[in-house]
Amino acid sequence: MLLLTCPYCGVAAEETELHAGGEAHLKRFGPGSTDEEFQTYLFQRENPRGVHFERWRHANGCGKWFHAARDTVTLEVFGTYSAQTLEPPEDLLKKIRDKRPGFEWRDIA
Amino acid sequence: MSTRLSTHGRLINRGKQISFSFNNTRMTGFEGDTLASALLANDQMLMGRSFKYHRPRGVVASGSEEPNALVNLGEGDRLEPNQRATTTELFPGLKATSQNHWPSLNRDIGVVNNSLSRFLPAGFYYKTFIQPRAFWKHVYEPIIRHSAGLGKAPRADARDPDTYEHFYAFTDVAIIGGGVAGLQAALSAGRAGAKVLLLEQTAHWGGRAPVDGGTIDGMAPDVWVAEAVAALQEMPNVTLRNRVMGAGVYDHGYVLGYERLTDHAPQTPGPRHRLWRIRAKQIVTATGAIERPLCFSGNDVPGVLLASAARDYLVNYGVAPGERTVIVTNNDDAYRTAIALVEAGLDVPAILDARPQGGGALMEEAKALGIRVELDAAVVKVKGMKRVLSVLRGKQSGDGTVEEEIFCDAVAMSGGWSPVVHLWSHCGGKLTWDEAQAAFRPDAKRAPTGADGEAFVIPAGSADGEMALAKVLENAAAAGQSAAGRAGFEKQAGEAAKGEAPDEAPITPVWMMPKGADYKLRSKAWLDYQNDVKVSDVQLAAREGFESVEHTKRYTTLGMATDQGKLSNINGLATLANALGENIPQVGTTTFRPPFTPISFGAIAGEARGDIFQPLRRTPIHDWIDAKGAHWEPVGHWRRPYAFPNDGESVHDAVQREVNATRKSLGLLDASTLGKIIVKGPDAGKFLDMLYTNMMSTLKPGKCRYGLMCTENGFLTDDGVVARLDEDTFLCHTTTGGADRIHAHMEEWLQTEWWDWKVWTVNATEQFAQVAVVGPNARKLLEKLGGMDVSAETLPFMGWADGTLGGFPVRIFRISFSGELSFEIATPANLGRAFWDKLLDAGGEWNITPYGTEALHIMRAEKGFIMIGDETDGTVIPQDLGLNWAISKKKEDYLGKRAQARSHMTDPRRWKLVGLETLDGSVLPDGAYAVAPGTNANGQAATEGRVTSTYHSPTLGRGIAMGLVLNGPDRMGDVLKFTKGDGGTVEAKIVDPVFFDREGEKQNV
Repeated sequence: MLLLTCPYCGVAAEETELHAGGEAHLKRFGPGSTDEEFQTYLFQRENPRGVHFERWRHANGCGKWFHAARDTVTLEVFGTYSAQTLEPPEDLLKKIRDKRPGFEWRDIA
Repeated sequence: MSTRLSTHGRLINRGKQISFSFNNTRMTGFEGDTLASALLANDQMLMGRSFKYHRPRGVVASGSEEPNALVNLGEGDRLEPNQRATTTELFPGLKATSQNHWPSLNRDIGVVNNSLSRFLPAGFYYKTFIQPRAFWKHVYEPIIRHSAGLGKAPRADARDPDTYEHFYAFTDVAIIGGGVAGLQAALSAGRAGAKVLLLEQTAHWGGRAPVDGGTIDGMAPDVWVAEAVAALQEMPNVTLRNRVMGAGVYDHGYVLGYERLTDHAPQTPGPRHRLWRIRAKQIVTATGAIERPLCFSGNDVPGVLLASAARDYLVNYGVAPGERTVIVTNNDDAYRTAIALVEAGLDVPAILDARPQGGGALMEEAKALGIRVELDAAVVKVKGMKRVLSVLRGKQSGDGTVEEEIFCDAVAMSGGWSPVVHLWSHCGGKLTWDEAQAAFRPDAKRAPTGADGEAFVIPAGSADGEMALAKVLENAAAAGQSAAGRAGFEKQAGEAAKGEAPDEAPITPVWMMPKGADYKLRSKAWLDYQNDVKVSDVQLAAREGFESVEHTKRYTTLGMATDQGKLSNINGLATLANALGENIPQVGTTTFRPPFTPISFGAIAGEARGDIFQPLRRTPIHDWIDAKGAHWEPVGHWRRPYAFPNDGESVHDAVQREVNATRKSLGLLDASTLGKIIVKGPDAGKFLDMLYTNMMSTLKPGKCRYGLMCTENGFLTDDGVVARLDEDTFLCHTTTGGADRIHAHMEEWLQTEWWDWKVWTVNATEQFAQVAVVGPNARKLLEKLGGMDVSAETLPFMGWADGTLGGFPVRIFRISFSGELSFEIATPANLGRAFWDKLLDAGGEWNITPYGTEALHIMRAEKGFIMIGDETDGTVIPQDLGLNWAISKKKEDYLGKRAQARSHMTDPRRWKLVGLETLDGSVLPDGAYAVAPGTNANGQAATEGRVTSTYHSPTLGRGIAMGLVLNGPDRMGDVLKFTKGDGGTVEAKIVDPVFFDREGEKQNV
């Protein structure tokens, strides 16, 4: 059972307090997009063995959505950060690069 | 025979006799006995029958690893199957019965399987029960189900009268296992200053050490254990709990503990079991090691047991498993058993040591006692069926040639020791193969890692692969110190206690005894006692191509019984590796999963049962409805009245009456459960335009509009009426079950996609009671209460108004889900009940009739209104339901719009909503399919539609239904055939889904 710290209220929350929201940093495609763009947006997901960026909601807590960077194998949590951003913060990426040299996730490295 | 001695028995109190029964025979034991030791003391070696071949089985171990001695414990409401006799503490009045036999333990018909065993090899069921296909359901499955399972399931109407609870604990260091390693680790971690929680699964501290001998700090082990426990109890930062098993280790330092509070004393008040939910910064697994059986022919005959178990029964309980015990071993430890037995005055005719070079100091000690030791020796075969009669001795290096028959009534075997690595492995700790000890041990370099990426589990003592007493204590002290250090407590704890025990000579791995055993011997050499898996089965699986250990496990069922292969896994892996010509580490292990041993469902459920299984949401009118004797139905966490039957009235009749009363005069519905979400802000209109398929931003204040919500996948997810309260405030009604989900859906999009939009949402569902006043006399009732102009001119259909009605502050929505003149009236929740009472009172002259959800459903179906969850199932888009009028053509975007443009969504062959009328007026079965000519790709009858809602309409006096039908709207008047539950079909005509008042004359008055 994971422990993730909610960046809004600061609580180190048990997984039972949280609601998992799948992959982070999806770009929405709406009307006018090609079938391929829409299919990628709606269905194509990363399934990494290693560094992953995820959405979580502190559902039984402050109710806020946030993002977490986590290693799916070692369960190491590199950090949690605001959901109101298009990409992970640079200081977090640096931390991940230091710990997992050469990591790749979508177009992030 | 097995018997109680007048000496030994460190754990029993001979001053206190305890009476119990086994298979309805009265027996006695002593306080401190386990059920297993007490049965042995009564010469009851035969304790059960094996699962597949119904072989007679006796106890083989003395602890939680026991695969054979499983019993039904208790009776009636307290009956529990598959309880291990070895971990069941004896108490007065205990009632146990043996399992898996008929008619009796001694005479079991099912043993015929044993003679047929050569026809029941690995994968027998997979191979045999395939053809003919039709036999599966009616012949094979019932037979297999009848013979499946070990213990008796409790009666269907049994209700566990005991209570259970959950308990939360937070600690720096959790130590699992209270043997000498766990105690030493706790001393070290505690002295370093960490908060320590030490858990021991049995009732006793010290584990095996007091049985195995040696000295600790110059003391006998049990003296040192008593001192260590006393020292720990003095430390304010240390908590000791026995009878708590560390059941599982999970992500980020989460540990489950399983406490058995009253199993040993059932009359004691308080909870029976307690589930400890522990968060620890560091976890020390001091879980010890488990002895392995040896694989020889007849190693399952009652009387063959682990050498350590034989020693435990002797030293701990003063019970001798036999009068003449042959010892067979590949290591030095079993010599301890021989020595202990002889010193207790029992006969040990021979020690068969498989090692050509023999053992060390312990062997010399045994020889000095006059015990005969044979080297390169093997048990070729154990003779006996329900009890060991003799051992046929041969050479381990040989092919099974018998050199001697040794008469005996027990065999104590030792194949070496396997560290208990389960808890280390639960959360990803990896293992390494230790060639010298022939065992898997934790690989410290690949420990389970926590949120910080650092190791959070440290194995200690023999769980880490250290078998010598001195090393166990040193290793455990280091583990305790290191766990405290990682948790932030750096103080030096001092030295480990000093252990002294005789040096032991190296083990020689023995995976088959004798080495060259033929098929006949191998097919009676058991690996998994409980599931009846033999050496020959694993070898057959390997020959048939099951190279992966995980596949072999499932094919042969090796290690899949209730003991999860605690005794069998390593022998099984080695057998598979040899059969494949690979090394053991290459073959690898199966996955260790929690819990370590089975835990009760009661403990998992804890307090969550009965009325507090989950919270009940209650509307302000709930108590009135309950007092009225309504027929309830659950809707989400709410209860809603299905109908209000009068005395002697059937539920069906009540529903019909409620519909008629409402349509003819006046009905009243508690609509408080409908979701009420306030959406406010400068961008609220823009936001709702994205959320709903229709245009909400153009709605005028004072007006209502029905709206549809879809997921991004295009499918309908909710519907409801939106009221615009003012320029930047909307009130969105959702379905009863949808309020929390839709509120979360709104928040998700606001927080994660359109976070720059100025919109706020509040779920105000429970702030208001809402009552629907419905029927031709609805306006008259409101006018009678007075205070507001509710005329058609001032408050037209789809309008709303604030005001005071009969003294109550209200907001009236003129909306209708029934097709009648209808007002939905909201009032603050605290006034809801008084308002309801007032309406009832004032409505008497119009025969005001409270109605339930079924009347609501019928009336909406008569009008062709859809219901989320009936007409929709997560695969239905608004266009399927003819709701195109509610989809804005002007909007560039809304959630689901792009998805609804996909080829599959625009396929003209999608089934579409129609009304259905049976030709005979009967009610169509819910969910029934319309059968079409021909068959589909699977050879099943082709279908062309299905029923989504179906009722008997009292208004029309016939069955009405809605359904989704291929080309439905273009086939008005066509007759379809729908399947019935009895195999027949019923004909129904396609009609318009609006069955009643198509022009809306009744609601627009």
